[in-house]
Amino acid sequence: MDLRLPSKVLEHIFSFVDSNEDRNSVSLVCKSWFETERLTRKRVFVRNCYAVTPAAVARRFPGMRSLTLKGKPHFADYNLVPDGWGGYAWPWIEAMAEKSPSLEELRLKRMVVTDECLEKIAASFKDFKVLVLTSCEGFSTDGLAAIAVACRNLTELELRECIVEDLGGDWLSYFPETLTSLVSLDFSCLDSEVKLSDLERLVSRSPNLKSLKLNRAVSLDALGSLLRLAPQLVELGTGSFSDKLDQEAVSKLAQVFTELKELKSLSGLWDVLPEYIPLLYSVCPGLTSLNLSYATVQMPDLVELLSRCSNLQKLWVMDLIEDKGLEAVASSCKELRELRVFPSGADVDETNVAMTEQGLVSVSEACPNLESVLYFCAQFTNAALATIAKTRPNLKCFRLCVIEPFAPDHKTHQPLDEGFKAIVESCKDLQRLSVSGLLTDKAFEYIGTHGKKLRMLSIAFAGDSDLMLHHLLSGCESLNKLEIRDCPFGDTALLENAAKLETMRSLWMSSCGVSFGACKLMSEKMPKLNVEVIDEHTPETRPDSSAVEKIYIYRTLAGPRLDMPEFVWTIHKNPEIGVSHLAIE
Amino acid sequence: MSYRLESVDKEGLGTSPGLKERNYFGLSDCSSVDSSTIPSADKKSSSLNFKATELRLGLPDSQSPQRETDFGLLSPRTPDEKLLFPLLPCKDHSASGNKRGYLAKSGSNNAPAAKAQVVGWPPIRSFRKNTMASSTSKNTNEVDGKPGLGALFVKVSMDGAPYLRKVDLGTYTCYQHLSSALEKMFSCFTLGQCGLHGAHGKERMSEVKLKDLLHGSEFVLTYEDKDGDWMLVGDVPWEIFTETCRKLKIMKGSDSIGLAPSAVEKSKNKD
Repeated sequence: MDLRLPSKVLEHIFSFVDSNEDRNSVSLVCKSWFETERLTRKRVFVRNCYAVTPAAVARRFPGMRSLTLKGKPHFADYNLVPDGWGGYAWPWIEAMAEKSPSLEELRLKRMVVTDECLEKIAASFKDFKVLVLTSCEGFSTDGLAAIAVACRNLTELELRECIVEDLGGDWLSYFPETLTSLVSLDFSCLDSEVKLSDLERLVSRSPNLKSLKLNRAVSLDALGSLLRLAPQLVELGTGSFSDKLDQEAVSKLAQVFTELKELKSLSGLWDVLPEYIPLLYSVCPGLTSLNLSYATVQMPDLVELLSRCSNLQKLWVMDLIEDKGLEAVASSCKELRELRVFPSGADVDETNVAMTEQGLVSVSEACPNLESVLYFCAQFTNAALATIAKTRPNLKCFRLCVIEPFAPDHKTHQPLDEGFKAIVESCKDLQRLSVSGLLTDKAFEYIGTHGKKLRMLSIAFAGDSDLMLHHLLSGCESLNKLEIRDCPFGDTALLENAAKLETMRSLWMSSCGVSFGACKLMSEKMPKLNVEVIDEHTPETRPDSSAVEKIYIYRTLAGPRLDMPEFVWTIHKNPEIGVSHLAIE
Repeated sequence: MSYRLESVDKEGLGTSPGLKERNYFGLSDCSSVDSSTIPSADKKSSSLNFKATELRLGLPDSQSPQRETDFGLLSPRTPDEKLLFPLLPCKDHSASGNKRGYLAKSGSNNAPAAKAQVVGWPPIRSFRKNTMASSTSKNTNEVDGKPGLGALFVKVSMDGAPYLRKVDLGTYTCYQHLSSALEKMFSCFTLGQCGLHGAHGKERMSEVKLKDLLHGSEFVLTYEDKDGDWMLVGDVPWEIFTETCRKLKIMKGSDSIGLAPSAVEKSKNKD
């Protein structure tokens, strides 16, 4: 009896399988499941654009409608990856244009996107709907105009913290009058002023518009007229919140805000003047997400605002909130799930000292659903970490940045080993962790022992020896991404645990002590990894034992990449050729 | 679960003691690296390099007159020395020198004499840094009524150089200032050019300034303004330049020939 289910039945069953992790598992069961799954997969995620070739992806998933790609390593966000490193979107767009012209959605993160890319998208994908670029660079507003003019069914255009060559605000006027499908528009990272009348007309003819994030150049006055046209907004990013308005204008604006009955998310608020904060009070009870991380609001005003936000789930704010403000959050925002506190000053000397570890402790103790934390702080204590661990075992993401490197527990002057031990012991589902402060190898022993679900780990200025790396690579079973800078280990742990790297997406190490010889060895012995050395000069001019500045190792099916710049070196698989920039033919 | 690599050259890999003195002066002081070949060059150059590595992303100290003498230190180096003054985009200049700065800090609570800047630390995205910098300047504008001191970051590229650098125009006060900074930043590339012409590289470099390079040989400093036009640097008053400059480029003289007349015309028209 043939026990195989007909593919039609399989297809139907798979249509209920949404998450890519599940789909990946499904595809491993057997050949026929693999086949059916790949033919029915609509949304493809490639989390390292160099792990696989565009052609291979297009071949495997002919029904692809949505593609998400990530390019540069995460530490590129902090200027640790030189310009020109790579992460080019072009080969992907070119390949998809040819092989998957039905592509509708493209989401790119940390990639280089040129105007040619945008023009190609506009020209190639007839039913293109969604373009989301996060931390991308390389394009200008001309490219946006190309998208605007050609994509007749565009629903989402979002530029999140991109570096765009801003040639002016004209691009917005290229949206044709026939475009009425817009659901989400985010141009908050652009500098130039767009023509208000164009924007008003666009908003008026977009009945489905749910999310609008303006740039700083949009004045408060303009905001008022836009909101009148789009009271259905669910997400709003304001422009500059600082023009001087007369009393009448202010009360009109207040009125407009009360009309925003659906508003759940608020951001922007650049330069917000304290006297305008009460304008927001009417929307506060409905907010689930509030991003004040660019708003220089002082603590008393923040307290007033946040005490009205009883349904808040996500709060991004600066350390101007101080411990007192976080106490207010603790008592008012019981639904809080995610908290990010950013520094308002540029470095340690400018850190706000009225915000300490106590602020985070208050929130941890009081908010039962808190599961994601990013916290910049001048100093911390083991006791605080222990309390946070005890009260919030449900933490999934814990990123603590003690701004001063090597800072010990400021009360006991001990390393923060015990504090992080408490965190990893207690928070059994912790998936992402960033550590900081004074840490010895012991901390990493604890992390290796208890961090079994840990997928991403970020480390800087920590540890004493190779033991730290050994603990992590041998202990953290689920480890997927590891990024380390300025830590004093060398080759031993890395080479001993080399096989582990094939089970991970990537490993970044900079300003550590790994030698060129080790890189060569790994490259020879581990064919499924790309071992890339970032160095201005060819490492071959130095002894094998000399340390290299930066190394990026990632697993790949695609072999060494063909687009490496002069300062990225890969050890050629053919020993006669040695170190090279280029891949094998 | 661990994988032993048979052919590991044990000589190159030391065993690591339990606790190690923390020392991040670049590349030779780490546990398992055979450091016998590097230290002397390292120690000798790192003291030289400290000054040199004060060239940071857009935040040089105002003690810039020292550049005149410092410039001599940048003259032809052995590959080892050059390594310790890593010539990756400006942002990396601070890495090796300023680790020292951080170690000095951690020992005591005194503020360091020069503000140490470590690349990429604290880990805040450039987008946020730039946004906050210009926020501060806007606030300063309102409060003091003085011209803002916010960051005016522009990219600087050079024909033939593999990386872009970035400078904060707000930290310079005049063209001479900017020119000195750029010559330091890009000397590594122009060295190649001078080496072709010059006999004693060291002497030549101490005499030759970017201006001389620019006028004498092959390179011209140009900028792209708000309107997207490329102009020669130096034609307009400094204040106007900082307001309108979007990008800087050190072009080969031959490429810039077409620029000169139109740039002059344009500035005439502007007036």
